[in-house]
Amino acid sequence: MQNMIWTYINAFIVGGVICAAGQILIDKTKLTSARILVLFVTTGVILSALGVYQKIVDIGGAGATIPLSGFGYTLTRGVFRDVESLGILGAFTGGLKATAAGITAAILFGYIISVAAVPKAKR
Amino acid sequence: MQKGLTKQEYQQYVEKMSPKSKILRNVFRAFLVGGLICVVGQFFINILKLRGIDQERASTITTLIMVFLGALFTGLNVYDELGRFAGAGSIIPITGFANSIVSPAMEHKTEGYVMGVGGKMFVVAGPVLVYGISASVIAGILYYLIHK
Amino acid sequence: MANKRNGSQTVKFDNPPRIISTGSIVGPKEGQGPLRLYFDEIIDDEMWGEKSWEKAESKIMRETFARILKKAARSPKDINYIIAGDLLNQCIAANYGIRESDVPFFGIFGACSTMAESMNIGAMLIDGGFADYVVCITSSHFCSAEKQFRFPLELGTQRTPTAQWTVTGSGGVLLSSDGTGPFITHATTGKIVDMGVKDANNMGAAMAPAAVDTLIAHFRDTGFLPEDYDLIVTGDLGYVGKNICQELMMKHGYDLSERYNDCGVMIYDLKKQDAHAGGSGCGCSATVLAGYIYEEINKGNLNNVLFVATGALFSPTSVQQGESIPAIAHAIRIQRIL
Repeated sequence: MQNMIWTYINAFIVGGVICAAGQILIDKTKLTSARILVLFVTTGVILSALGVYQKIVDIGGAGATIPLSGFGYTLTRGVFRDVESLGILGAFTGGLKATAAGITAAILFGYIISVAAVPKAKR
Repeated sequence: MQKGLTKQEYQQYVEKMSPKSKILRNVFRAFLVGGLICVVGQFFINILKLRGIDQERASTITTLIMVFLGALFTGLNVYDELGRFAGAGSIIPITGFANSIVSPAMEHKTEGYVMGVGGKMFVVAGPVLVYGISASVIAGILYYLIHK
Repeated sequence: MANKRNGSQTVKFDNPPRIISTGSIVGPKEGQGPLRLYFDEIIDDEMWGEKSWEKAESKIMRETFARILKKAARSPKDINYIIAGDLLNQCIAANYGIRESDVPFFGIFGACSTMAESMNIGAMLIDGGFADYVVCITSSHFCSAEKQFRFPLELGTQRTPTAQWTVTGSGGVLLSSDGTGPFITHATTGKIVDMGVKDANNMGAAMAPAAVDTLIAHFRDTGFLPEDYDLIVTGDLGYVGKNICQELMMKHGYDLSERYNDCGVMIYDLKKQDAHAGGSGCGCSATVLAGYIYEEINKGNLNNVLFVATGALFSPTSVQQGESIPAIAHAIRIQRIL
């Protein structure tokens, strides 16, 4: 039980810090959200390849995998795993294999919701 | 015309005259909301693990749920309100990725289901996939060259 | 021989065209603002029964056009020209809004300066003897503008404090060669001014130098001074651009002080309404002119007004290509009685 509570606290702090870093970037550089997302996923890939992001995931759990840098982490982990078993071909198969569920869900749910919902004017 | 003001000087002047974003406040909000969204994710992982599902599958299922929630709250017209408050706190989590897919698709539905919904779905999220996947392939090739 | 020219950028009308009617329809947010009592109609839903934001914007313009004619008891057959514009690509709000009018049509683009641009041209047509009745009309719509220039409405992003809020609404005037006024006595046509501002979320700062340029040209060409006006009003610089404009004018030796205001500042209550730096869009200066300014002139509260609408002449493509934002401002001098 004690452990369970710590997983939440760690997720909150690690996830919060990652998002806060993104906010500083937005306010300081005026980057658009599309660029922020690209930056985070790419950074996630690089840090994962260097073995750093695994350590953040070990501490933060969902706090590290839910931010988009975690998407980069999943991509990289999948690629490395497939490279181990398939060789160079794995670099091309591993990433999408590992993230297939998320991407497919995003497309499917995205489509269904877009068809069902209408945008609302802001005031 | 602007006597005594070059373009550079004018831009410095504009910088001085323009109100700044309240960075401290924004960063706090991003921390709070971003952290809370991750706590929700952690909640699903913990529940799934208690049911005997292994870490990796629990993580994948959680991603599915979070993507669904992001899409749903976008459709309910509330995710943008959250974003207005939280900034990066709701952009960077995977729910924000779902938001970036649903919001242009919804908006361009008026241009039809193929080019509107289908075509515009990835105007914001497309670059994420392009750069994320490309970077991971490069990482994989480097990994192969170094370790194999 | 162009004998009506008055200085390098201004024309002076021999037979000053009259503004004999105006019309203004705005959206719900503008309908909660401080000028709400001056508008002809406030719609309570931005879609207004249409299937898209773009169609709704066209409908707002179509209905505004109808109101202008109705108030003047004129039919489309009486109108010699419509000069109209908006913010959308290829000016579709105007093209579709005016489609059924059966009146000779000039579509123009001057971004948020379009209202003053159309009146510049309309007044010249009338004083030149080419027309007796000209309708000048513009529109903008928050949702269609966001869709084209920024992000989808439902995308969770934050607006910067310098960002402006596109006005949902349409305003227009009917100019005539005959009538009791108010009169358009002078028109000063602006030049494109680019001081290198690249931030599309700070259009007020990008447009302020253009407003200053046109104001100075107007005072220089006509010999008028700021004191000759009851109201000098720039079109949608917002409060960032308004402060810059006022300071720069002071540096050039013109004290605009109390008589100066800005349509983007006037249309919203910036303390209570979430509009950041103020309003913008073709519909902003158009509805403030057609609603507030016209009514106050007719009430006799304003006698001499300098209406300076400003526009940022960029597109999303030019911003993505790293270009700075060129801007323009056109001025119209309106006098209650000659």
